[in-house]
Amino acid sequence: MIKRLITVVIVFVLVAGGAFAAGAPEAVPEDEDLRIALLVKSLGNAFFEAARDGAMEAAEELGDVEIIYQGPDEPTAEGQIEIIDSLIAQGVHAIAISSNDPDALVPATQRAQAAGIEVVTFDSDIHPDGRSVFLAPSDDELIGRSQVQAMAEMIDYQGQIAILSASATATNQNIWIEYMQQELEEPEYSDMELVDIVYGDDLSDQSYREAMGLFSSYPDLAGIISPTTVGVAATARAIEDEGLVGQVQLTGLGLPSEMSQYVQDGVSQQVALWNPIELGYGITYIAYHLVRGNAEAAPGAVIPLGELGEVELDEELVTFVGEPFVFDASNIADFEDIY
Amino acid sequence: MSGEQARLAKQPRASLGQRALGLLVRWEMVLFLLLIGVFVLNSNLSPVFLTQRNLLNATFSFMERAIMALPMMLIIISGEIDISVAGIIALSATAMGLASEAGASIPVMILVALATGLAAGLLNAFIVLRFRVPSIAVTIGSMSLFRGVSWAILGNQAISGYPRELAQLGQGTVGNTMIPMPLVMFACLALVFGIVLHRTGIGRTIFAIGNNATATQFSGIPVDRYKAVLFALNGLVAGFAAVLLTSRILSTRPNIAMAWELEVVTLVVLGGVAITGGKGSIIGVVLSIFVTGYLRFGLSLINVPSQVIGIITGLLLVGAIILPGVFEHYSNKLILGKQLKPLEPQRE
Repeated sequence: MIKRLITVVIVFVLVAGGAFAAGAPEAVPEDEDLRIALLVKSLGNAFFEAARDGAMEAAEELGDVEIIYQGPDEPTAEGQIEIIDSLIAQGVHAIAISSNDPDALVPATQRAQAAGIEVVTFDSDIHPDGRSVFLAPSDDELIGRSQVQAMAEMIDYQGQIAILSASATATNQNIWIEYMQQELEEPEYSDMELVDIVYGDDLSDQSYREAMGLFSSYPDLAGIISPTTVGVAATARAIEDEGLVGQVQLTGLGLPSEMSQYVQDGVSQQVALWNPIELGYGITYIAYHLVRGNAEAAPGAVIPLGELGEVELDEELVTFVGEPFVFDASNIADFEDIY
Repeated sequence: MSGEQARLAKQPRASLGQRALGLLVRWEMVLFLLLIGVFVLNSNLSPVFLTQRNLLNATFSFMERAIMALPMMLIIISGEIDISVAGIIALSATAMGLASEAGASIPVMILVALATGLAAGLLNAFIVLRFRVPSIAVTIGSMSLFRGVSWAILGNQAISGYPRELAQLGQGTVGNTMIPMPLVMFACLALVFGIVLHRTGIGRTIFAIGNNATATQFSGIPVDRYKAVLFALNGLVAGFAAVLLTSRILSTRPNIAMAWELEVVTLVVLGGVAITGGKGSIIGVVLSIFVTGYLRFGLSLINVPSQVIGIITGLLLVGAIILPGVFEHYSNKLILGKQLKPLEPQRE
């Protein structure tokens, strides 16, 4: 048995080692099509399928690009690493990742970089050691300020407003709220007053109760901003249940699939969220220009993103597509099946 | 003495031709041909498959599961099963992460992971043997238990910030060669498990327990003690797999090694180990590890979506359960004429 085992091992090594071949990457000739892999958190997720559609659109415009859409079947780091290794092996030109773990992927992406592959991230970043450019969903300051601007237009720049957030410790939300407060200090908002910030902990029933609490504490409340998908949907339900449609305005960050009916019924005039199609579209352009050498991954570099205009990289090579995408009664139905 | 040798020993009248045929139509030979088939297919589908670097690097992603298949092989041969292995990996990795956050050194972190795995294995053994519950039921429960504890501790958070030196274990290569460290560890462990299974009384006893636990018990062998050791060993090796995996990705999340239990069982069963116990060989399991590993790698090289790869793995598992039985039936018929169920491995 052992003899046979050894024989098997020897045969195997001979078979495996018999065909050495060099797989070193070289500079990409101008006439060669670029192969850009879009590696997402997991397959079967409508958000990322929309991003893929955006990438396909960009590839079509660019002409000489082939998009490889891949992701693990479970949203795990190990699944993504396995795919990165196979992408390295096949020598793709660029990998654009929305990661499941900011640290775990870094060794794998560094191997990819060492093999001459351009690694960029979108939507969900990894540690800067393992990528060049990160295309963020949107900019924190823009998110915060644009929410206040939207609310101000709904209530004619006057009245009491409140914020219904996720948990008191949520980093994202707290940064956005800070920018909301800064925006409210501008002179045009002098007739608006932020009366309360409450926390629904991203739980639907708790957010609902907090919204109800706001209605009873502030009978003159003119509007609520809820920068969380759970909170904005729960608040919409609370407004509808209390018959306050039109009296209390609502905006926030909402998923079209959850908010479509409320927006079409006028409970909320508009909600915003990043658009996965733009993310996929933008990151494809970024990867393309970096590989082709049309752009450099350096602070201050400007990269053209086709129809989306240009973006500029900041100190940490982060950039974003633009303002959060606004969904109102005219367009939300188009997106409700997507994410 | 293996089943193969036993068969040959008891068939003195078998002609040379029949013996050669017997060698040819073993399941392991089928796997070996399958492996060659995978190589031929993959190198035709992708020009980059058959490079030394890629073939070696590809093993990084399936060595933890390969190592897990070794103790699982013993457990299944003994007529039991452990569905909780991936849960044990998650729990051990979490414990290791907590140790790392508490400032433990690398050896201490490794010990913590191994101890956690061992404890989890012992818990399985205790429930299965003390309360006489089928191991499949117990370990389906403990799978959720172990991973649940990991979720409770970590929630949506990840533990990272492991020391860089830890990476050498799971990501490193031996010296200046391209040979991955985990591959070497697997080779050593496979050798040890192979020798124990096929060359020692312990291995023969495990086969005997799987074939007929009651008879083995009556012949004076402490069956429960053997099974307890196997469950504990499985936990311990799962702890070791957790160390390797953590070292490879330097991060711990509660969803680590998700759904690996089925992949590990697939490796073992595809390797010709009877799911009902009592039969199997280390060569079959080793071959099935490389067949599945390189099949997955080859398919991902041509960017087959991962769900489709999942479907193919699932078909392999179903096929692996049906085929060896069918195969044995016909190969016996071929070699031995009408004598359809001739021999089992010798028991002592």
